[in-house]
Amino acid sequence: MALLEVERLTKFYGDSRALSDVTFKIKKGQFVAVIGPSGSGKTTLIRCINRLIDASDGSIRYDKEDILALKGAALRHARAKIGMIFQHYNLVYRLTVIENVLHGRLGYKSSIAGVLGMYTEEEKTKAVEVLQLLGLEDYVYRRCDQLSGGQKQRVGIARALVQDPRMILCDEPISSLDPSSAKIIMDYLRRIQKDLGITILVNLHQVDVAKRYAERILGFNAGHLVFDGPPSELNKKRIHEIYGTEAGELIID
Amino acid sequence: MSSLLIEKTSPTAYFRKQKLTLTLFLLGMIFVSWGASVLTQFDLFDAFAAIPRVAAWMTANLLPDAKAWSRLPRILDKLWDTILMSVMASVAASVVSFVFAILGSVTTRPNGVFAFLARTIASINRNIPVAAWAMIFLLSFGQSSFTGFLALFFATFGFLTRAFMETIDEASASSVEALRAAGASYSQVIAQAVIPASLPQMMSWVLYMVETNIRSATLVGLLTGSGIGFMFSVYYKSLQYRSASLVVLSIVVVVLAIELISNAVRRVIL
Ligand SMILES: Nc1ncnc2c1ncn2[C@@H]1O[C@H](COP(=O)(O)OP(=O)(O)O)[C@@H](O)[C@H]1O
Ligand SMILES: [Mg+2]
Repeated sequence: MALLEVERLTKFYGDSRALSDVTFKIKKGQFVAVIGPSGSGKTTLIRCINRLIDASDGSIRYDKEDILALKGAALRHARAKIGMIFQHYNLVYRLTVIENVLHGRLGYKSSIAGVLGMYTEEEKTKAVEVLQLLGLEDYVYRRCDQLSGGQKQRVGIARALVQDPRMILCDEPISSLDPSSAKIIMDYLRRIQKDLGITILVNLHQVDVAKRYAERILGFNAGHLVFDGPPSELNKKRIHEIYGTEAGELIID
Repeated sequence: MSSLLIEKTSPTAYFRKQKLTLTLFLLGMIFVSWGASVLTQFDLFDAFAAIPRVAAWMTANLLPDAKAWSRLPRILDKLWDTILMSVMASVAASVVSFVFAILGSVTTRPNGVFAFLARTIASINRNIPVAAWAMIFLLSFGQSSFTGFLALFFATFGFLTRAFMETIDEASASSVEALRAAGASYSQVIAQAVIPASLPQMMSWVLYMVETNIRSATLVGLLTGSGIGFMFSVYYKSLQYRSASLVVLSIVVVVLAIELISNAVRRVIL
């Protein structure tokens, strides 16, 4: 049974088409990487899935729900079940680590409880557990602007995890990190998928990273899904098709 | 770096060109200043030459005497009124500005219509100087401290709304997106992301407006017959320059003190 079904998804920005007729399904618990040159529609795809932007046409089903038809409280609830991780972490840097992590619970709370920041003991305990899982137990009450990039991204992952999501969307989670922090983050994503069974859909800039971590790769070019298969099928020729003329200059180990 | 390579310019030529541009700019400025002084018949040299004479005249006629000092309590009293009025106008305006900024900022606008209205009202307000506001309310409310308050309030409101909108967009756009993605409601996003991320910068703007308003309050007081500005005009018109200059001195001291205080507060909150 597929967790996510994207069918004939199309997105226009004004007259320009960012996604064309994109169709794919993702099974529960898969680790899927999305690759493609910049401007090929990777971010647009991810944002259409949790409705940060509205698709122009097509359908998205997540956990049996018709995402594009949702409104108000129902949309909030669907979003709560999808985690998201950003290239620039998108934390509230003046708040502490645990305050940022607890933001992941807002989708489940009444508006007023969320406004006042009234979290249950259970939620707080859960937040601390998740931080331990990510090796941040010594930073629970630290302000986020005092953390390194890799630590900030781990807070971002923790915030997504306390949502109890079935799937986590990641938009270039390692593009702002040095190689060793990047490896730590990718390893955590893999552990989350293997140990917790959470589906990972991750946009990546680096083909080699996608091949190393993903079970399945989606390749985009100019808004079209031009590759959909396991890393083993992603040979030079297919990479060339995804990246077009840039391929000759690609650095692949 | 890359643009250098593309244009095939050598570094030497590049920096020579930069120096040339700077020289031309300075020559242009000198020419414009000279032209302006000719047109306005303002002779810079004469003006400088007059400085010693003016200084001598000032010491002879503007130094506060015993009579002026005896008026100090009354002056301080009015000064205090002025400070209070500036703080009140700034704080009241900041509350209204906050609401307008939430409605108008790209990050938090609930819909396009509100955003357009909020932005339009704020930008009209911002383009009317405080002295014009004073005159507008003078016509409707006559000379009173309420008129002065209103003038400061509206001028502050226009400025702060714009400053707050920029602060919200700069400080909170990315975290707002993250909270929306996690399913947070609009009011949760405002309370949990927008306010904590932008409040310190907003408070810094309010402090700036308190400083600015204490300065403008003097001017507004001249027009609306209230506060320290009124005090000044009374002494000035009755040719009591020594007392008038004590008023000016005390304003300067207060403005400096407020600036020191608000800088200290800024260091703590930012
Ligand atoms: N807000 C927007 N308005 C207009 N065009 C956009 C917007 N966001 C993205 N685009 C365009 O849509 C296309 C896909 O962008 P994006 O999804 O960001 O690609 P990627 O993440 O693969 O780099 C690009 O051509 C980009 O210029
Ligand atoms: Mg992108």
